[in-house]
Amino acid sequence: MGEVIKLDLKKKSLRDVNSVLQNLDPKSNLRNYLISNPSGNHAVCAGLKDEMEVTVKGHVGYYCAGMNQKALVTIEGNVGTGVAENMMSGKVHVKGNASQSAGATAHGGTLIIDGDTSSRCGISMKGIDIIVKGSVGHMSAFMAQSGNMVVCGDAGEALGDSLYEAKLFVRGSVKSLGADCEEKKVTKKDLELLTSLLKKGSIKNVKPKDFKKYGSAKKLYNFNIDNVSEY
Amino acid sequence: MCGIVGIYLKNKKLSKDLGKYLTGMMEGMATRGPDSAGFAIYSNNKKPKEYKYSICLLNDFSFSAFKKIITKKFKKLKLKQHSDHVIITSEENPKKLLSFISSDLKNVSLVGYGKSIEIFKQVGNPKEVIKNFQLDKFSGTHAIGHTRMATESAITTNGSHPYSTGQDECLVHNGSLSNHNNLRRNLIKQGQTFDSQNDTEVAAGYISNSLSKKISLKDTLVNGLKDLDGFYTFITGTKEGFAIVRDEIACKPAVIAETNDYVAIASEFQAMAHLPGVNAAKIFEPEPGVVYSWGK
Repeated sequence: MGEVIKLDLKKKSLRDVNSVLQNLDPKSNLRNYLISNPSGNHAVCAGLKDEMEVTVKGHVGYYCAGMNQKALVTIEGNVGTGVAENMMSGKVHVKGNASQSAGATAHGGTLIIDGDTSSRCGISMKGIDIIVKGSVGHMSAFMAQSGNMVVCGDAGEALGDSLYEAKLFVRGSVKSLGADCEEKKVTKKDLELLTSLLKKGSIKNVKPKDFKKYGSAKKLYNFNIDNVSEY
Repeated sequence: MCGIVGIYLKNKKLSKDLGKYLTGMMEGMATRGPDSAGFAIYSNNKKPKEYKYSICLLNDFSFSAFKKIITKKFKKLKLKQHSDHVIITSEENPKKLLSFISSDLKNVSLVGYGKSIEIFKQVGNPKEVIKNFQLDKFSGTHAIGHTRMATESAITTNGSHPYSTGQDECLVHNGSLSNHNNLRRNLIKQGQTFDSQNDTEVAAGYISNSLSKKISLKDTLVNGLKDLDGFYTFITGTKEGFAIVRDEIACKPAVIAETNDYVAIASEFQAMAHLPGVNAAKIFEPEPGVVYSWGK
C-alpha cells in the first residue's frame, strides 16, 4: 500500500473530512486514508462513491459509511445506529459492536461486524451481505427483501418478521421467529453460498453445516380471502 | 428526541470532577434537545438531619426578596443562589418548610428536595443553561442530566426534566408515554400530586408511589414495563445510585460505558467521548426491558 493520508477530526471539521473523501481526484492514486478522533460523530464516511480504503480509529455515531459505493471502510471501534445504511457496493468492516439497524435498506456490498449488533439488523435489506460474528438483537431482518445475513452467534426475538426473499443463516439459537418466517432445509447450494460468505468475512473455525437457514413461508405474499372479515 | 445522560462515580476521588464530566455530557447532547435542560447532582451530606431544597424563582422574583421572606419565618437556614435557583439547606422539619413554600410563597416552585439531591432546570439551549448554573463547579457522587426537545407539553421550566416527585428521587426520560392521563388519575386517587401536564412527571410519580410502598427500585421499574405504555429510556436517580431501563421495543437509544472509575450513560456515545479512559471502557447498549442499576 502507498501513502496513508491522515485526517484528524479534532483538527478538521466533519464536513471537511467527508468532503475530502467524497471528492477524490479521479486521476489520483492516493486512496488510503486514516481518520482519527471520531469521538462518536455522526455520518463519518457517509456518501463515499469511489474506490478507496478508509480506516476510522475509534468509536463513531450514527449512519457511518451510509450510502457507500465501492469504498472499503474499516471502523476500529463501535458504531451507532444505521452503519452502512443504504450501501450500494463496497465493504464496511466494524471491528467492535454495532447499534440498531445495521445495514438497513442496503442494496449491495458487504457489511462485516466482528462483535454484536442490537435490534433490527438488516431491516429492509435489499441485496447486501451482512456477516455478524457475534449475535443480533430483536426484529433483525425485518421485511428483508433480498441478500444474505449470516449470524455466527444468536438471534433475538422475531427474526425475519414479514420477510421476503432474503436468506438468513444463524449458527446459535433464535429466540423466536417473526410472522411468516420459517426454518428452511439447507441445500448443497446453500452450503456453497455459506462457505463463500464465511470466506468473505475471513471467518475460520466455523463450519457451514452448523448453521440453520431461515426464509419466508410466503404466506403473506398474497391476500388470503379467508381474512376478509378482519378488514 | 431529547438527550439523557448520567454518571455514577465508583472512584470517590473523582467526586470534584463530577460537574466537569456532566458538563461535557450535556454539551454533547445539546443537539438532541435545544429547548431546555436540567440536571440533578447527588452529594454526600455529612449532617444526617440536614435537608436541601431546590427552589426556582419565578416571574423575576428576586433573590433578596425571597431571602427576606423566608429568613423571617425560619431562622436557621443557609441559602445559596445559582442563577434563578436557590438551594436552601436546613435542619428544619421538612413538612413545615415544604408547606410554607407551597402555600405562603407565590413566585417560587419547588424543583426537588432531599438529603443529598440538588436539582436545577431552565428553558434555553443546554450550553447556556449549564453555564448559567456553573455546572462545571459542582462535585458529588452521581449526577443525571437531560436536554429537551419538547413534544407533548410546552417549553417551560416545569415542563423540563429531571422530575423529582419524592425525597432524593429524580427521573429523566427520552421518549413519550401514551397512557399517562389514565395513570395520573389513578395516582392522584392514591394521594400523589402533580405540578404539570407532562407525561414524564407521571412516570416519576409512579416510581415515587411504588417506592413509598417499600417496593425496591428494581422491582418498581420491572413493574413499570407492564404499567407504562409508550416509548422510553429512563434514568432514575436515588440517594445512593441510579438505574436505567428501556421499553421492550427499544427505539430510544442508550449506551453505557463502564470503567473501574465510573459508569456513564448517554443517548449517544458522542456525549461521553470526552470522559477519561472511555475508549478503553466496557461499552454496551442496555438490552430492551432489562433494568440495570448501580449503587443501591
